[in-house]
Amino acid sequence: MSATAIVDAERVTVDRWPQGGRRAAVACLVVLAGLAVLPFAASGWMVDKLTMLFVFMLLAAMWNLLAGYAGVVSVGQQAFFGVAAYFALRAVAGGMPPYAALLAGAVGAAAVAWVMSFFLLRLKDGEFAIATWVVAEALRILVMLDPMVQGETGTSLIALNNVEPQLRRNLGYWFALVSLATAGIAAFVLVRRRVGSAAQAIRDDDEAAAAVGVRVFVTRQAIFVLAAFGCGLAGVAWLASAITFLPRTHFGVQWTVFMLFMVLVGGLRSFEGPFVGALLLFALQELAGDFGAWYLAGLGAVAILFALYLPDGLWGWVRARAGWTFLPTGVRISVRRASDPPTQT
Amino acid sequence: MIDAAIQGLLLGGYYAILAAGLSLMFGVMRFINLAHGDLAVAGAYGVLFGVLTLGLPVWAAVLAMLPLMAALGWLLQRWLFARALRAGFLLPLLVTFGLGAVLQNGLYGVFGSDTLSLGNHIGALSWASWTLPGGVVVGQLPALTFLLALAVLGGLQCLLSRTRLGRAIRATATDAEAAQLCGVDAGRVHRAAGAIAVSLAGLAGALLAMRALVNPYAGPAQLITAFEAVVIGGIGSLWGTLAGGIVLGVAQSLGALVTPQGFDLAGHAAFLLVLVARLAGARRFQLGKPALRTYLKWRRA
Repeated sequence: MSATAIVDAERVTVDRWPQGGRRAAVACLVVLAGLAVLPFAASGWMVDKLTMLFVFMLLAAMWNLLAGYAGVVSVGQQAFFGVAAYFALRAVAGGMPPYAALLAGAVGAAAVAWVMSFFLLRLKDGEFAIATWVVAEALRILVMLDPMVQGETGTSLIALNNVEPQLRRNLGYWFALVSLATAGIAAFVLVRRRVGSAAQAIRDDDEAAAAVGVRVFVTRQAIFVLAAFGCGLAGVAWLASAITFLPRTHFGVQWTVFMLFMVLVGGLRSFEGPFVGALLLFALQELAGDFGAWYLAGLGAVAILFALYLPDGLWGWVRARAGWTFLPTGVRISVRRASDPPTQT
Repeated sequence: MIDAAIQGLLLGGYYAILAAGLSLMFGVMRFINLAHGDLAVAGAYGVLFGVLTLGLPVWAAVLAMLPLMAALGWLLQRWLFARALRAGFLLPLLVTFGLGAVLQNGLYGVFGSDTLSLGNHIGALSWASWTLPGGVVVGQLPALTFLLALAVLGGLQCLLSRTRLGRAIRATATDAEAAQLCGVDAGRVHRAAGAIAVSLAGLAGALLAMRALVNPYAGPAQLITAFEAVVIGGIGSLWGTLAGGIVLGVAQSLGALVTPQGFDLAGHAAFLLVLVARLAGARRFQLGKPALRTYLKWRRA
């Protein structure tokens, strides 16, 4: 049919769960439930590794939400990773129970993001990227000024040392898993709703989006705050498993290198891609992490190659070849011809 | 206090050289090279390699490094940036950030983690100073760096306003397509601008290695200061980078009087203040009440 034809609303079916997406979503929930009971059967080593994988996945999903869906490239998400851990440490020092403090830390990071969004999000592309980086650096310096952190030396979440190691490991695992599930599901719901479509419209052309009535600022703000909350959760989950807090590590720009790699290699702009990228990074970390600097240089080079030659990443490539989606974030709109009998849906 | 202000002023000269390349690239190609600081550090390591391993005199090593960095800039523009630029604003950021990771870790892999400096190889220059009338003491190296910055900016100004290449660069920066229609090869102009920008980054890196210690991961901090100088001075303005560099240098030097961490913190604060002030002045920007109102409206919807 020609593009200019006017279509009766009655003849249009909107399918929000095309291609068995509902089954895939149920499968995801089953996998999550399986992972939740895993610590009772798996070794401590495996629980530790999976905790790290969850942190990677969480970071990747959040960065994809920003860059892939909202079109804002932040190279300063480590600000929220670090500041959440710092808030958690402060809350514990103030007498809060440790696991509640971890959550409070992530909420604090989201609050910081909300305040900063008022001026950060007014900046254009590259300016925004570097301004987020400046904010991350400034926050690191401020945190290092706190006598509790002792500058470069850092500090530890000593309160967790009172917990029996086996239990502590499992609690850290569950914390990371629940964080991943919550932030992942929130992101999935968000991108499937009006906010998600609005964000993508802004990503493609913010002026055109504003012209058709999309509220550019609040949409970006919602995504920015959610992404900061997710990165904050990743930061406190990391703190809970590493125990030590080193400002230069927690606020390190290497987290952004990891996020960039996972999202670009896995697949920018698809919901599943970053998870594929996280699995890949995790495998590479295990196989080649010992090569240190050359390994990180390799990550950067691979990310560049993917950006230039396969901009939709591995998942995008698979999707284009096989033509299927696992977790649909779009809708399928089908239009019946006028001659077709009406259906009863 | 006066001493610190003068130190800051001279430091501004170094920032201007560092920022000029970044500003040129942004002005002509319309993208921010997130690897600019790492390219500066790569230039510093190039000079260090020439001096420490090949045994060249420092100034010979700097002169040898500049054309090599120019060639690197030309090649990067040819093979990397030009390709990334075709695909919108997202890719140049991702690609240059990835390039930064490659450069940092590659330098670490080749040269190791030791901090290095040219300070021991430039003789008395590293510590000698002049006493100006009024008892103000200025270091010779910072003063020479400042003069070099004036020369570099003056040279760039001449290049842009007097030469054929400069005219082509200005035309391409204004409107690449229109320039192309008038017979300017925009791709070539971009490559030339890339070569100039990267060799300026290398020069700044060499100066950095003379006055301080460098390590492979020093690049991001250089990028951030360069960008701050560009934004404070006004994007796309050549002499603005000098003004921005001076504001930044003075803020940092005064901040360092308060606490050692105050150096970086005051610089970042000056940058963020300028941004906030500029945005508050713009019509589009609504601070305080209106912003809160839009937020509440969104919550109700």
